[in-house]
Amino acid sequence: MSAKTWCAALLLAALVPALAASGADAADPRRSGLDFMSPALQALQRDDRLNPAMLWVQDGAALWRTPAGTAATSCADCHGEARQSMAGVAAHYPAWDAISGQPINLAGRIQRCRQRHQQASTWPNEHADLLALDAYVAMQSRGLPLAPPDDARLAPLRAQGQALWQQRLGQLNLACQHCHDQRAGQRLGGAAIPQGHATGYPAYRLEWQGLGSLQRRLRGCLVGVRAQPFTSDAPEWLALEAYLALRAKGMAVETPAVRP
Amino acid sequence: MVERARSLIHLPETLRKGQPFEVRVTLGHPMENGLRPDGFGNMVPRSLVTHFECKLDEQKVCSIDLHPAIAANPYLSFWVRADAPGTLAFEWLGDKGFVHRETRAIAPA
Amino acid sequence: MSALPRLGRRPLLAAAALLCLQTRPAKAVSATLSLQQMVDRWAGGQPVREGKVRLHIAELVENGNAVPITVRVDSPMSATDRVQEIIVFNERNPQRDVLRASFGPASGRAEVSTRIRLATSQQLVALARLADGSQWSHRVDVIVTLAACIES
Repeated sequence: MSAKTWCAALLLAALVPALAASGADAADPRRSGLDFMSPALQALQRDDRLNPAMLWVQDGAALWRTPAGTAATSCADCHGEARQSMAGVAAHYPAWDAISGQPINLAGRIQRCRQRHQQASTWPNEHADLLALDAYVAMQSRGLPLAPPDDARLAPLRAQGQALWQQRLGQLNLACQHCHDQRAGQRLGGAAIPQGHATGYPAYRLEWQGLGSLQRRLRGCLVGVRAQPFTSDAPEWLALEAYLALRAKGMAVETPAVRP
Repeated sequence: MVERARSLIHLPETLRKGQPFEVRVTLGHPMENGLRPDGFGNMVPRSLVTHFECKLDEQKVCSIDLHPAIAANPYLSFWVRADAPGTLAFEWLGDKGFVHRETRAIAPA
Repeated sequence: MSALPRLGRRPLLAAAALLCLQTRPAKAVSATLSLQQMVDRWAGGQPVREGKVRLHIAELVENGNAVPITVRVDSPMSATDRVQEIIVFNERNPQRDVLRASFGPASGRAEVSTRIRLATSQQLVALARLADGSQWSHRVDVIVTLAACIES
């Protein structure tokens, strides 16, 4: 596409009125990224027969029952049926891990369980098996409201996350809030800017053509504003996750979501 | 990372003899068209699923040639008519000798 | 400030490259026919009429990575009155073919659904050849917008 055509398209797209709210009630202005998608893409998320993320969920269900580590136990050996034992669990993450004395997200909890109870090795970030289990477990909370724990020990992390959300970053010198709080619903390059509620991760992103974690998505945002992403083990990721969970408190868990 | 060959196959819960029913299949596969650069500026090599076939016992249901325009993790839905119990067989073929097969027994009432 | 920041062309061009819209050396595209040439070659000199086959697709596509489509011919699919094959071609992807589907005796309907990639706004054409040899087409113009924040 030539520069002229691109500029024209951007201009045209900017003139398109913001998407009308569909069912958002006046008291709560928050809307899921699902609401900013076309009906065709919404259908992909809403129908498990169409959602490509279910490939990973199917794997996760199998991993749940597969013995692992030198202990040769499966998740099911301790937790039974995930449908019962994991219902509501994902809605309470990130949480405080008492044993390590640190905050932790759901993927981190799965990794700790593997180490402590299965004597199994941990997976690297974005490993397909970790994503599969993360998605499978989180899906057991699908439809339930996000309920970040009322735990004072998480306050410093959440505050750090909020500060990051409001901090200008990158060559574009933008903070998350500039797009996702102040300009949500407006269009950027032909696509609607969502509010950025992380209610559906791990999510199937069309751009990735695969399932990915919230950290991966946040990393993409940083690259998008031409900032140097934090290192993979930096505390900033969890701080942002913790803040986002608080920001989306009460919104429904959508894992595994489909996103553009 | 190698994409594991895995698939989702969905059939309706109730099947009636002689009444067409919809089968939905999803295959985990990147459908790399060979035109995409990786993070280092190299082109990710082409790796595509090129053919899908469904049979009911020995009878063909459909066969589909897939091209690079088919999205990753290819999804297909098609219709079957079965007059008696039998076995649906699904086969995907692709570049570099890729093969994935599944079967499902059906018992229309 | 009221103006949105200019993103610059490179991230957007990189985005398009993620799909299939990237300039390639001429040698790789030497064999690519135009959409009409593909239709003519398939038609084999026999007439093609508009009708019978229907291509269902959103006419405004927000993301060209995975666009749902359904192609169908209303046909009894009996032994004599049935559809041999359904084809979809595109106008502006690097290659014209999208899919070719043929139907056997255990087929319940002349209908296929899938998800396709669209590099840019373009025309799609669905073609069907029936058992009686008749040939049918349906053309749809689709507008595809590009996504914004793209990983490089």
